[in-house]
Amino acid sequence: MTDETMSIFSPKLAARLDALTAKYPVRRSALVPMLLYAQDEVGYLSDAVIAEVAERIGITELDVRNVATYYSMLRFKPAGKFNVQVCTNISCMLRGGYEIFERFQQELGIAHKGVTADGVFSLEEVECIGACCWAPAIQVNYDFHDELSPAHVPGILAGYRGRAQAEGKGTDA
Amino acid sequence: MPRLVSHPDEVKIVSKRFGLGAAKIDRYLELGGYQSARKCLAEGPDWIINEMKASGLRGRGGAGFPTGMKWSFVPKQSAKPKYVLVNGDESEPGTCKDHLIFLHDPHSVIEGTIIAGLAIGAKTGFIYLRGEYRYLLEIMERAVADAYAKGFLGKNIFGSDTEFQIITQTGAGAYEVGEESALMESLEGKRGVPRIKPPFPAVVGLYGGPTVINNAETIATVPHVIAMGGAAFSEVGSPRNGGTRLFGISGHVERPGVYELPMGYNLKRMIYEVAGGVRGGRGLKAVVPGGSSTPVLLPEEIDIGMDFDQVGKAGSMLGSGGVVVIDDQTCIVEFALRTISFYQHESCGWCIPCREGTDWLKKSLTRFHAGFGERKDIDNIQYLAENMMGRTFCPLGDAAAMPILGFVKKFRKEFEEHLGGKACAFAKHLDLAVV
Repeated sequence: MTDETMSIFSPKLAARLDALTAKYPVRRSALVPMLLYAQDEVGYLSDAVIAEVAERIGITELDVRNVATYYSMLRFKPAGKFNVQVCTNISCMLRGGYEIFERFQQELGIAHKGVTADGVFSLEEVECIGACCWAPAIQVNYDFHDELSPAHVPGILAGYRGRAQAEGKGTDA
Repeated sequence: MPRLVSHPDEVKIVSKRFGLGAAKIDRYLELGGYQSARKCLAEGPDWIINEMKASGLRGRGGAGFPTGMKWSFVPKQSAKPKYVLVNGDESEPGTCKDHLIFLHDPHSVIEGTIIAGLAIGAKTGFIYLRGEYRYLLEIMERAVADAYAKGFLGKNIFGSDTEFQIITQTGAGAYEVGEESALMESLEGKRGVPRIKPPFPAVVGLYGGPTVINNAETIATVPHVIAMGGAAFSEVGSPRNGGTRLFGISGHVERPGVYELPMGYNLKRMIYEVAGGVRGGRGLKAVVPGGSSTPVLLPEEIDIGMDFDQVGKAGSMLGSGGVVVIDDQTCIVEFALRTISFYQHESCGWCIPCREGTDWLKKSLTRFHAGFGERKDIDNIQYLAENMMGRTFCPLGDAAAMPILGFVKKFRKEFEEHLGGKACAFAKHLDLAVV
């Protein structure tokens, strides 16, 4: 896809995806990163995202869906602006991962895979995120927060809520 | 930022640059970086492989296969391009060592990849990080760009006429992709289902070419092996287990963290001295010695050296070196349920014994933990797990079955205590779970 105007993505992302297709000995190797980077911008793998990625790689949309459904980070419905992922796997569980997860549910009023009404947050219970020695740990989008207790939860949410508001104002101006 | 820990018993080889700013290439060079790659370029493939064999370095991903021998299996002549593949899909519960390597010493991964490439005659290396490690991928990509800018990667590495390229790759969430053939499928832009072996990756790997695939810790260790000399590295560890290991101690200990200790270091001492003992002065109930897939050890079984052979002899595995410590206020049935829930979620569904086995084990253990188990269920859980062993393309089936077998065999009494609708004696977590 050389014609930038045809892309549903921002010029920056489109350029990044162009570079990705040239990066590998075999074009298709760009598929998984391309889906993830597209999701980072669009929020989820919409039909339009899948169609464009299929065209960029040169495979069918069905082929793209077949691969995308395998990976747990890829989603087909919008998540919140900030996706809170709470690890409850063994090392986190032993140090209170479920208590953290429960507190997030209370504070946000949503359950596993839920999205808040204002679209700012979504919540997920996830498998091991590779922070076992700093448990319990969570990720908000790609940011790690570790060595948590339930008391940390309101502060974490306030920080991201503030960012959402600041970015919202930025858009209005 | 993950907290760094230290203990006087540590022997810092792989972690010696942690916390010293070595993610910056100039700092890495100041600290002796890229000397090993230069040396290997001068000495050639046979010399490298001999050093690696002499080092006794064994794969840090979990299987413990001797690295030098693995490299020597790659054919010298090949019609298809050869590849080096670095497995940074670190996803085994209890394991977070590669996290620190990517964060603090990304150039050691690059340097190790170059050396592996020189050893097998590959011109391209891939560094694959799990999708969740985005901030670490960004650190790795910065490091790779810096290495290109210095001429350490590219058409003429270190001013020689040897070419070596490195390509970074992100996953998108999949434990199974940590299995070597599934990782190659993922890197080829496919679902991460495993391939049948043989052929092994050394013969037919990525894009059909001969491929060496090593764990990120193994690769990060390689430059140190070269710097010290294989024989000297070997002397640090125990017999047939060269060097040190980044042991991640998590769970109910006073001072969890990643500690670099010599192979063969005593597990009991690791828990009670290095990690400060069981949290809050509680008693020890059990230890998972090498990541969630390794069979549990009882307190009376932990007076052993932590190397591949000694842990194997004790009936478990050294695995990924992720030591998970469980105190006496923990319900083992619940721990088993959380463990199998993970494997059920992560089974790719390709092989029926794994897909169905993990699902039925999860169902049985859920019912059991809820207090609706029957005595025959205990035997059924064992029967199911035993029948998954060795019957799948990749080791995920074994990885799911082995820990469950361990829990049922060693804690049968605790399973029996859940019979007859009796409430679990410990705090419950999993009624909250949507696992």
